[in-house]
Amino acid sequence: MSGVRSAQRRRSWRQLLRQTWAIVALPLISILLALVVGAFIILASQFILPGHVFDPGLAFTAYSALFQGAFGSFNAIVDTLVSTAPLVLGGLAVGLAFKAGLFNIGAQGQFLLGALASVAVGVAVSSWPPFVALPLALGAGMLAGAFWGFIPGALKAVSGAHEVVTTIMLNYVAVAVVAWMVSGPLDLGTSPSPITGVVGNAGLPIIIGRNGHAGILVAAAAVPLVAYLLYRTTRGFEIRTVGANPDAARYAGMRPRFLIVLTMSLAGLLAGTAGSVVVLGVTRQMTASFGTTVGFDSIAVALLGRSNPFGIVFAALLFGSMRAGAALMQIEAGIPPELVDVLEATILLFLVASPYLRRVLRLGGVRTGLEGSETITRSYGGGEAVAR
Amino acid sequence: MTAAPDSTAAFAPVHAPALEMRGITKRYPGVVANDHIDLTVRPGEIHALLGENGAGKTTLMNVLYGLARPDEGEILLNGQVVHIAGPADAIARGINMVHQHFMLVPVLSVADNILLGEETMRGPIFLDRREAHRRIVELGRRFGFEIDPEARVGSLSVGWQQRVEILKALYRNARILVLDEPTAVLTPQETEEIFAVLRHLAEEGHSIVFISHKLYEVLEIADRITVIRRGRVVGERLPGETSEDDLAEMMVGREVQLTVDRGTSHPGAVTLRVEGLHARDDRGTEVVRGVDFEVRSGEILGVAGVAGNGQDELVEVIVGLRRAAAGRVLLDDNDITGHSPRRVNEAGVGYIPADRQRFGLVLPFPLADNLVLTQYHQAPYAHGFRRDDRAIEAHAEERIRQFDVRATSAEVKASTLSGGNQQKIIVAREFGPERRLLVLDQPTRGLDVGSIEFIHRQAIAKRDAGTAILLVSAELDEVLELSDRIAVMYRGRIVAMRDGRTADKNEIGLLMATGGERAAAGDGGTAA
Repeated sequence: MSGVRSAQRRRSWRQLLRQTWAIVALPLISILLALVVGAFIILASQFILPGHVFDPGLAFTAYSALFQGAFGSFNAIVDTLVSTAPLVLGGLAVGLAFKAGLFNIGAQGQFLLGALASVAVGVAVSSWPPFVALPLALGAGMLAGAFWGFIPGALKAVSGAHEVVTTIMLNYVAVAVVAWMVSGPLDLGTSPSPITGVVGNAGLPIIIGRNGHAGILVAAAAVPLVAYLLYRTTRGFEIRTVGANPDAARYAGMRPRFLIVLTMSLAGLLAGTAGSVVVLGVTRQMTASFGTTVGFDSIAVALLGRSNPFGIVFAALLFGSMRAGAALMQIEAGIPPELVDVLEATILLFLVASPYLRRVLRLGGVRTGLEGSETITRSYGGGEAVAR
Repeated sequence: MTAAPDSTAAFAPVHAPALEMRGITKRYPGVVANDHIDLTVRPGEIHALLGENGAGKTTLMNVLYGLARPDEGEILLNGQVVHIAGPADAIARGINMVHQHFMLVPVLSVADNILLGEETMRGPIFLDRREAHRRIVELGRRFGFEIDPEARVGSLSVGWQQRVEILKALYRNARILVLDEPTAVLTPQETEEIFAVLRHLAEEGHSIVFISHKLYEVLEIADRITVIRRGRVVGERLPGETSEDDLAEMMVGREVQLTVDRGTSHPGAVTLRVEGLHARDDRGTEVVRGVDFEVRSGEILGVAGVAGNGQDELVEVIVGLRRAAAGRVLLDDNDITGHSPRRVNEAGVGYIPADRQRFGLVLPFPLADNLVLTQYHQAPYAHGFRRDDRAIEAHAEERIRQFDVRATSAEVKASTLSGGNQQKIIVAREFGPERRLLVLDQPTRGLDVGSIEFIHRQAIAKRDAGTAILLVSAELDEVLELSDRIAVMYRGRIVAMRDGRTADKNEIGLLMATGGERAAAGDGGTAA
């Protein structure tokens, strides 16, 4: 369990260091190996690019541009934070559900619904005073996301319908709802491609640098809140117990059905907030094809962060910085930003293979696997998280 | 391919042991699990390996099965030094293991289970089912039982499932069979039947390593007994020259009281009253069919019965995990029928579930959390929605000391403890002072003698403190030893009630197996 117990405070620094190493060793190795694989892909890609002179140093150029783009200047760092914020919120949405033994693939749909509700309300109140308009728009996004998480939770609690199936389906529904709302009721009608109005006063204020909006603070506040819920409250103990052993939870007098609905709603709320933060802080309006992959990236973030709220911050920072740096990588090295997707996926593959990595690298004491992997296998194996 | 008749046994020199393990040493960080263990098993011998949980039996067998590599020592099969690379290699060399938790696929047939991984083929593509069936039936007959290869394994009783496991090993031409606590899940009758099969196997020249900590069984079945304690062999005995007390002392390293002195009980007012209770199992079959009984404060009521006669469901209804189809459960004259597990718990009912790892513990959680699993929401462990880590930890440290749980700290995960210590955690949690009733479902299943003694003592102490105790156990000896009164449960009814001090073991065993009295006297259901 993560370090919040008082006994751990008494432990010596060396022990703490060893413990930390045990937890971070394999993720770090996975990241390094993914970078190596990415380097090969960069080098190989030169053969299919027409008129390209083979440059053996291109991988280095690309990675250093990626790094420069993410951390090279004050504004780059702010951009990294901006792309990290929704990933933190989304990662928490998936990680919290993992803790309850639920595989929330629906973060994407919850994200979209949150974004949509925030835009809808934001446009409507765009001329109201900011301190009224912003909370309304943000709150609408949270509620819409929570509602989109509540549905699969309730379905599972009532009928046992599996959340993996229902959340995937609800993702499609969310895409369709967004397309209809934006091209219908919310369309400004001023341009051939549908687009909503701007959120105006409901937008998140820029608080740092060129693009640094207040959504960064929202994400930063969510982390300790979720950690507090999970590790310091009885409700959090119940959520973790249901996730670790639903039978024991029932034996202990907890209510697994209620906890499933609650957790999914909270997860939806977090993912919905991620959507709100993006539309209120970055795009400030919405197109019918409004699509980011934040909801899906969140699954990777939660896995890499081992579902631990603080681990999720680091994972989100990694993915966020790669997203932010991708543009400069394209300019300076001519490598398309999609390489970042390849890197993300490769990191995950190495993480999944971590028991094997540990054996090959003879790392005796380190922890393998993914915090959520048991949940995933149980989910796909027709799990039985709902008590009879 | 038919099973090769005992060629190896016949041609091997008489003095060469079928299996010899010499100086096996296996170290894990911080512990020496096996410390120069020597074990010699002759052809046709049933060799019992006796030791407490954590003594190193499992490690030794993992070394034999190729699952663990020894740091020192060597293994000889029929006088030849061998290196066993892994389970597949072990099986190829004729070593087979029957695990305590069966490795069977319940939805598949007996034949399919046996063929998994060892397919009998007709050509390169097709299974030769007919030949496989023939061999399975023939093997079964050879060892004294008729088995239907088409039966679904999930529909078989535990005793028969075990026979399937043994058949699986024989089908792979096993010469050395390791049985890990084979009787832990069996009734006395089933145990006898399995013993007959094992003797048959031994007569045919198979060597059997029988892992157990049930002393009387070991004395009954084994040709030789090796006792290990803390990773070392402490002695080898022939059953004729030893006794249960002697073996127990060797195992534990001190004198053990095998039967706790139950003393005299002083039953008080009725604490638990069950009236006309009916309940269904998960498939909707009525398995509790009209049960009445009462448990007084300061007394232990033992429920004896072959597993699957409705005891599990009866217990689940009482503690609130299952709905009653009809009837009432009263605690101190308050109707608690249909109350949630939380409310039943708060009314003062402690419960030791039969499956401790599934229900009683959250294995990946620290001991401290497990020790408050049923009280985590109450003061002093929580104030409102806030958990009080300090109180939880203080409670854990106190209980760990009080109940002598062997653990380095309250922060270690429950999964790292041995079975006996895991059960102590549950006992420490559920045997609180405020309990009016304790429901003990198989409280010592799979535990070593030391832990059993401890838990029995605790139960007696609670009884003497005035707690009512309902004890359900498939272990007839346990019921006989502890109970003030014994109820025999058969097919969802209580068919007899006997005084615990005068009850006759054979009679109870017969009642468990046949329901005797009720069959003779009609639907007499109850007695008290």
